[in-house]
Amino acid sequence: MQYAVFVAVVVVIAVLADWDRLQNQFAQADLAERLFPDIITIALRNTVVYTLSGFAFGLVLGLVIALMRLSSVAPYRWAASVYIEIFRGLPALLIFIFVGVAVPLAFPGTEIPGGTYGKVALGLGLVAAAYMAETIRAGIQAVPRGQMEAARSLGFSHARAMVSVILPQAYRIIIPPLTNELVLLFKDSSLVLFLGVTLDERELTKFGRDLASQTANSTPILVAGLCYLLVTIPLSFVVRRLEARTARAK
Amino acid sequence: MPTPYEIEIRGLHKSFGDNEVLRGIDLEVATGEVVCVIGPSGSGKSTLLRCVNLLEEPTRGQVFVGGTEVTDLDVDIDAVRRRIGMVFQQFNLFPHVTVTENLTLPQRRVLGRAKGHAAKVARENLERVGLADKADAYPAQLSGGQQQRVAIARALAMGPEVMLFDEPTSALDPELVGDVLAVMRMLAAEGMTMMVVTHEMSFAREVADRVVFMDEGRIVEQGPAAQVVGDPRHERTRNFLTRILDPAAADPPGPEEAP
Repeated sequence: MQYAVFVAVVVVIAVLADWDRLQNQFAQADLAERLFPDIITIALRNTVVYTLSGFAFGLVLGLVIALMRLSSVAPYRWAASVYIEIFRGLPALLIFIFVGVAVPLAFPGTEIPGGTYGKVALGLGLVAAAYMAETIRAGIQAVPRGQMEAARSLGFSHARAMVSVILPQAYRIIIPPLTNELVLLFKDSSLVLFLGVTLDERELTKFGRDLASQTANSTPILVAGLCYLLVTIPLSFVVRRLEARTARAK
Repeated sequence: MPTPYEIEIRGLHKSFGDNEVLRGIDLEVATGEVVCVIGPSGSGKSTLLRCVNLLEEPTRGQVFVGGTEVTDLDVDIDAVRRRIGMVFQQFNLFPHVTVTENLTLPQRRVLGRAKGHAAKVARENLERVGLADKADAYPAQLSGGQQQRVAIARALAMGPEVMLFDEPTSALDPELVGDVLAVMRMLAAEGMTMMVVTHEMSFAREVADRVVFMDEGRIVEQGPAAQVVGDPRHERTRNFLTRILDPAAADPPGPEEAP
């Protein structure tokens, strides 16, 4: 029965859709060809650079916030909770606009180091840090309490025990969710669109959209989309493998 | 101020919220002495042990180890803990590194020993507990008894003056208990100062210089093992020993307070 419904829906869509017009608008082979190599060497490359710099910044900030969240000092815990709630509760787009507009306004004369790259790393990192902090906190808390006690009883300071004993164990637990976060960031990097970037700083979405409006054809959008999938599908596959491995290790 | 005592506990109180676990403990352990602490679950004996190296912070009272006041707020607790070895019920080996690295990591990170020196000390101590052949294994590949002996070797590698044992055999299958007790017996014979929370009455009788019976957060009676275990004066001690020595005769004792 479920199959029948499914097949019917597919058939109806396939019959009713105007394939010629779709192909005309989205799949012009010669147009697609003209996108190369720039769509790879500029757009995909920038998408990767934005994502990785945002991820790196988010990871460092997320670790700090996770440790604050677990601190015995109450104001640290509160500050971390407030940060997490705010940045998880806001649309990433809003944070990007904030970084692009409010920061230069609030601190006149200051430039975010790294130009567009710095702004993007900051915007993506601020959002990612909130999610990563919760992931890292959960990972740290999944390490049995006895590990910290054993380390402390051997004379490790709290910080040293964290670095030498707890984090190396938490790291195995948090790798799959962090990789997932990387996939999300990869897609969120499209928000760079709203920052205003130079030609050489364009990433996939902006690149695709710009060319789509230049050529009055949507083929570049489709190709950009395929470029995203080229990265996200293998990454998702890696996440599933890592998750399976973590599940086995338990 | 030199004292003949390695561990000195004065007027120790500990509460968890409204739950008063220790209600005024005074106890000394002389250098080279082996003291076994026995008592029913919830009597506070593990908490007492954990107060000695400040894994639990006492609510009131003082603890001295090797003449240093552990409960002093200004004390460098990490420095004091280097002199105190601790062995846990659940072993608490570091599962992400090998047996050897379990021994070398603390030596290098805490004592700053060079790699070669730490490795040599690790080897010596693994030999002492009879596990030199497991040097490259990971903790998960060892039996409980082997893990606990590695945990003892890890504590010994730091060169402690005192060893604390928190029910070291309670998580072990009965046939593995003997090996761990043998290592502890060896340590006692070598003159190590030891404070042992245990349910192993035969070990207490044989090895302990003194046995302390605790109930409801107080020391009920203490003295030579032969007297406290063999001929207890207090009703509560007698009841406890009856249940422990012949579990079939009464309700079995409940599980020990979880760490």
